[in-house]
Amino acid sequence: MTTVTAEGLSAELRGFKEVQRLAYACAEAVAAQLKPGVTEREAARMQRVWLRERGVRDWFHLPFAWFGDRTAFAGFRIPLQFFPTDRALEPGMPFILDMAPVHRGFTADIGYSGSLGPNPVQDRLLADLEAHRELILREVRERRPLREIYEDVDRLMVRQGCANRHRAYPFGVIAHKVDRVRERPWSPSLFGFGVQALKGLASDVLHGHREGWSPLWSPYAFSDHPPRPGLWAVEPHLGFRGTGAKFEELLVVTDSRDPEQSAFWLDDDLPHVRRWAEDK
Amino acid sequence: MSLVGARERRVRTGGIELCVAELGDERQPTVVLVHGYPDSKEVWSEVAVRLADRFHVVLYDVRGHGRSTAPRPLRGGFTLEKLTDDFLAVIDAVSPGEPVHLVGHDWGSVQSWEFATVARTEGRIASFTSMSGPSLDHFGHWIKTRVRRPTPRRIGQLLGQGAKSWYVYMLHTPVLPELAWRGPLGKRWPGILQRLEKVPADGYPTASLPSDAAHGAWLYRDNVRSRLGRPREDAYAHAPVQLITPLGDAFLSERLYDELEKWAPNAVRRTLPAKHWIPRTRPDQLAAWIAEFVTANEGRENGVPANGPVATGRYAERFGGQLVLVTGAGSGIGRATAFAFAEAGARVVAVDRDAEAAARTAEMSRLIGAPDAWAETADVSDEQAMEKLAGRVAAEYGVVDVLVNNAGIGLSGSFLDTTAEDWRKVLDVNLWGVIHGCRLFGKQMAERGQGGHIVNIASAAAYMPSKALPAYSTSKAAVLMLSECLRAELAGRDIGVSAICPGIVNTNITSTARFAGVDAAEEQRRQKRSARLYGLRNYPPEKVAEAILRAVVRDEAVVPVTPEARGARLLHRFAPGALRAIARAEPPL
Repeated sequence: MTTVTAEGLSAELRGFKEVQRLAYACAEAVAAQLKPGVTEREAARMQRVWLRERGVRDWFHLPFAWFGDRTAFAGFRIPLQFFPTDRALEPGMPFILDMAPVHRGFTADIGYSGSLGPNPVQDRLLADLEAHRELILREVRERRPLREIYEDVDRLMVRQGCANRHRAYPFGVIAHKVDRVRERPWSPSLFGFGVQALKGLASDVLHGHREGWSPLWSPYAFSDHPPRPGLWAVEPHLGFRGTGAKFEELLVVTDSRDPEQSAFWLDDDLPHVRRWAEDK
Repeated sequence: MSLVGARERRVRTGGIELCVAELGDERQPTVVLVHGYPDSKEVWSEVAVRLADRFHVVLYDVRGHGRSTAPRPLRGGFTLEKLTDDFLAVIDAVSPGEPVHLVGHDWGSVQSWEFATVARTEGRIASFTSMSGPSLDHFGHWIKTRVRRPTPRRIGQLLGQGAKSWYVYMLHTPVLPELAWRGPLGKRWPGILQRLEKVPADGYPTASLPSDAAHGAWLYRDNVRSRLGRPREDAYAHAPVQLITPLGDAFLSERLYDELEKWAPNAVRRTLPAKHWIPRTRPDQLAAWIAEFVTANEGRENGVPANGPVATGRYAERFGGQLVLVTGAGSGIGRATAFAFAEAGARVVAVDRDAEAAARTAEMSRLIGAPDAWAETADVSDEQAMEKLAGRVAAEYGVVDVLVNNAGIGLSGSFLDTTAEDWRKVLDVNLWGVIHGCRLFGKQMAERGQGGHIVNIASAAAYMPSKALPAYSTSKAAVLMLSECLRAELAGRDIGVSAICPGIVNTNITSTARFAGVDAAEEQRRQKRSARLYGLRNYPPEKVAEAILRAVVRDEAVVPVTPEARGARLLHRFAPGALRAIARAEPPL
């Protein structure tokens, strides 16, 4: 398990930052190739191929792609529905690409929202997500219990008139911990999740259970603890009547007493952050 | 009943003279209104004046009607071919260079279908709005498909329309219809229209009615049998079509248009809860829809209509362009309702005391299909604020078609702990808010006299006693009874009133609710706890919104939403004792 301390974390973080950038580059490259008629399966394969070509051998989870009202997880009841389908992209449709590659042992987990041609509803949702990014960082720095932060995010979503769609994720998580993964010659996956990463997560769950914390940031009682140092893949997901938007990126939480250093976004040079800056 | 400010001219064609009236600026797009049977062009008077400020409006008396002359002999003088000659003569006179926008009602629509589907008018019609008058050719095919392949449903449809067409058979008898119209029927007709069709008593029908109706019988005799027997195979519309269907039409079944897609692909469909004579009873709505359709098709190029925001909702036919006002639209059920109406293409006024939240609702409404949406800030319990709001809305946006009195607050706690101030607060918002809404906006609706609908959000608590919610339940029970009484009163004015009774719905009513008899800390704890319980129940406000739209469409009186609300309603009716026993239970807070 990586314990991130205030000192000497830069080399470690650089590795995470590189793979996160790689993943976002993949998302932008694939998004640029999307055109009417491309299916979710094809989009997921394009991500996989793109990352494989650049040395990715293992995954936290395999790439997902959601099109149209599936971006808002409309009618999702069982986790199998997250997997890519033969839904084809149409002009004006929103899409979300979500991937979690492991590169040189470092894990990234990112989410990229866009649309084929203009989609004012999704633009609005993406703009609304900025407030969530700020709120999450502020409250993590205040060391508020994760469950309370989750509820505050919920309240903000309700005020914005949107629905909380990360609630549809397994355990309703808004975030989960990620870690370094040992590189193995053979890296199988199970139900779309890398076995190595799952092992790491399982051991965190076990440790956390003994120590009173959880690597899953959920609305439930097991998340009623202050932020745990480490890397958290945070993924607020807004939905509004058949349109969804999310971002996902790594939040670094340390044990530093300096609020600025106690938590920060791993990288501020990401597509959605640049977009907000451009809009201003 | 005359057309104020109309310019009149006579157009000669095929041995007769047509009386043509024009309103509005001739440089604007031309809209031609064709009347039905037994009518004259004055049937359009209310619609015409509403269109005249934007369009060049042309009306004419069909041959044999009003002040147009009748062909000699009458037999064979009213065929669709001859009516098409008349139409071409009129538009050549009033709009020689430009194609016209055609609007027909009843027989005006029947003949307009002929105009819009025959080759010789191609290029002369820019758009066609049809109401209450199918193409005889389409009708003929409709009957044929049902006769050839009868299924129980199709037989039912045939019989249904067959029964509605009784007057067509009567008109085929010789001489008798003429005698009746020129005699007692002609005299009584205006009264019959007022009584059965709710047509306002404003001087219409005109004095020419007996002869209009007598001549017009030949419209049926010259066309119906021949066209229904041998319908044209090529009756495809060569202009964009808007179909307006009044749902309460005594003469035409909605089902007639089931196969319209085949003849007029991409037809824009609208429905209206009204009877047959909509040009008299719903001029505002018709003028709005005609104007919208004409404008959309004026801007079109290469046959592709210019589209604004697309309404995708299930009830877009019914609510497109209507003005809907929702109170408490800043959150919860109110916001979800505003969004649902927006999705159905309605214009939305979002009222909330939280200006920011209302603005947000309006903004999102525009994004999902509302052609327009506005935010208004008002506290529904404030009489003066509501009066100002009503004035502003009427002046700036028009008369509200659907009013949703949704704003409400929660109050829990035993009766003995509830202070007079608590009572006042909850009654002010939950009951007086609804009263003000109904009083002010209902009055505007009634004065306009063109129908409308009021939805009051009551609650399952209205019929479900509970020791935890005495004040809240009382206020909601009052709303329920108010709705029922109002429904009785306004039924005569075509204004429907629905009370919606939701059960436990996941909204923020819990986090703002007051808990009487406990200190601030305990109140906060209970708010949190009830919010969590409501969250666990997790019944989305969107489903309530859907029930609200459905209630308006079906004009339902009392609509319990959520299984617990429906269950409680059943108990309330059939086992009130059980409900009383439950009322004694301690709430899990």
